[in-house]
Amino acid sequence: MNLYELTMQQAHRLLSEKEVSSQELTAAVIDRIKTVDEKTNAYITVAEKTAMEEARLADKIISEGNTLPLTGIPIAIKDLICTEGIRTTCASKILENFIPPYDAAVIKKLKNEGAVIVGKVNMDEFAMGSSTEHSSMKLTHNPWDLERIPGGSSGGAAVAVAADMCLGSLGSDTGGSIRQPASHCGVVGMKPTYGRVSRFGLVAFASSLDQIGPLTKNVRDCAMLMKVISGYDPSDSTSVPKDVPDYTLLFQDGLKGITVGIPKEYQSTKGLNPEVSAAIKSAVRTIEAIGADCIEVSLPHVEYAVAAYYVIASSEASSNLARYDGVKYGFRDKGNGNLLGMYRSTRSKGFGTEVQRRIIIGTYCLSAGYYDAYYKKASQVRTLIMEDFSRAFKTCHVILSPVAPTPAFKIGEKYDDPLTMYLSDIFTLSANLAGIPGMSIPCGFSSEGLPIGLQIMGNHFNEEVMFKVAHNFEKATDFHIQKPVL
Amino acid sequence: MKITKDKVIHVANLARLELDKASMETFANQIGRVIDYIGLLNTVKTEGVKPTTHAIFLTNAFREDEEKNHLNLKKTLSNAPEKEEEHFIVPKIIGG
Repeated sequence: MNLYELTMQQAHRLLSEKEVSSQELTAAVIDRIKTVDEKTNAYITVAEKTAMEEARLADKIISEGNTLPLTGIPIAIKDLICTEGIRTTCASKILENFIPPYDAAVIKKLKNEGAVIVGKVNMDEFAMGSSTEHSSMKLTHNPWDLERIPGGSSGGAAVAVAADMCLGSLGSDTGGSIRQPASHCGVVGMKPTYGRVSRFGLVAFASSLDQIGPLTKNVRDCAMLMKVISGYDPSDSTSVPKDVPDYTLLFQDGLKGITVGIPKEYQSTKGLNPEVSAAIKSAVRTIEAIGADCIEVSLPHVEYAVAAYYVIASSEASSNLARYDGVKYGFRDKGNGNLLGMYRSTRSKGFGTEVQRRIIIGTYCLSAGYYDAYYKKASQVRTLIMEDFSRAFKTCHVILSPVAPTPAFKIGEKYDDPLTMYLSDIFTLSANLAGIPGMSIPCGFSSEGLPIGLQIMGNHFNEEVMFKVAHNFEKATDFHIQKPVL
Repeated sequence: MKITKDKVIHVANLARLELDKASMETFANQIGRVIDYIGLLNTVKTEGVKPTTHAIFLTNAFREDEEKNHLNLKKTLSNAPEKEEEHFIVPKIIGG
């Protein structure tokens, strides 16, 4: 077995037993990137020099017998999480040369554990997109079929994990941006409960929806990363002061006493691919066979989730992205020479078309005379969606659904049709609106050999029970072990 | 609701964006389709429903008001497109 193929858990064992050094492991991963990433284009920046330095430090920690679960483990980071001294572009021209002067809270936590930051991975510009095609840096390809999109916006993070170019990665999820690429690339991805993980140092897209989370090769690795990145942070006033359980200790076998809910509204979703539908039904049967009870639940307002989401997310984005004005950091274009001209020219040349589209939609929804009709209305519908979920969670522990209505689509297929692209997030964005956790785990393959993901959603701060279901499903199946050939 | 090209230009101006004339038509159409779709929200009864802006029950996140080290000047200015000594440089604002 090649070192880069290790799971985080396997690597941790070999590192602590000193069978392998972090320098060997990190070098193997960087070598792997050099060999295969010219096909997939997952990385924007490979931080080879600092990564090898961090690996040396990790080996020192290990030799002193102070190994923590992530010590010496090479991790890839989505390029919108600030890393001190390592360029953080958000895949945007406007931040092309931005070198953060500080680390995000999650990066500090990784570094405190002695983890190795291998580099920064591609995404849709400012995380706005579902295919990673809206990156102004490069076009990322799905390792299972290079003509297809990897999903998005954390496309690079999912590809880096799927193609063994890191042992685990961190992405961000505003409407499905961790779960959907995880599903399309056949890896595990979790969007934690809103407030579980600090957003300090995460470049903001839609602040009431954004959440950082892990993408990994299996469920146990996901739990390992979750344990490290979760927890209250005084620098993020929306992070929640609540104890973090050791998720990996909660991996009991069997699902007796667990009730899973299947939303009846999702079964008749327009555009749901029959192979995806069949894979989900089969996954539900497997979970039942392990001992869970299965019931039907109703989420009557989820059909309005896409509309509510695009009002709320775009409105928040238009406000958050007002800070890019060519003054304090990032790209500047002088335009006609006066201040307003500089603002306009900087923003028009610095932002890509999808970002500009969303800023305009958001500004429109918030503008005088439209606020009540759009933003307020969407926020009320958000309440109704939250109430649907809280009603459902009175009768079940987790809710199961597809992650995406189809397997990965072809590059270019939806690029010029934003609305169709937005509708591909139909199963994931309700979790962001409701603030609940959601995860994607591999649950099958299409006839063309493309991965399909099962979505598991839980109630607020109930990641444990999701891990329990995911762990038991993974134990009973082998979808997560299969690898793309590159 | 049909969204006109003029409306898109007006809103873009509010957001300090100037749109490329060549792609204007496509842009207005795409935005129009999204705005039309969003209109679906008007079919939901929301009378008396409180709006949600924050999905987790959290109020008044207090912290001690204490002195702390923040980014130093050098780091703060390190990404500035144009700077001079301790300042960000912007185009002339008054009388320009």
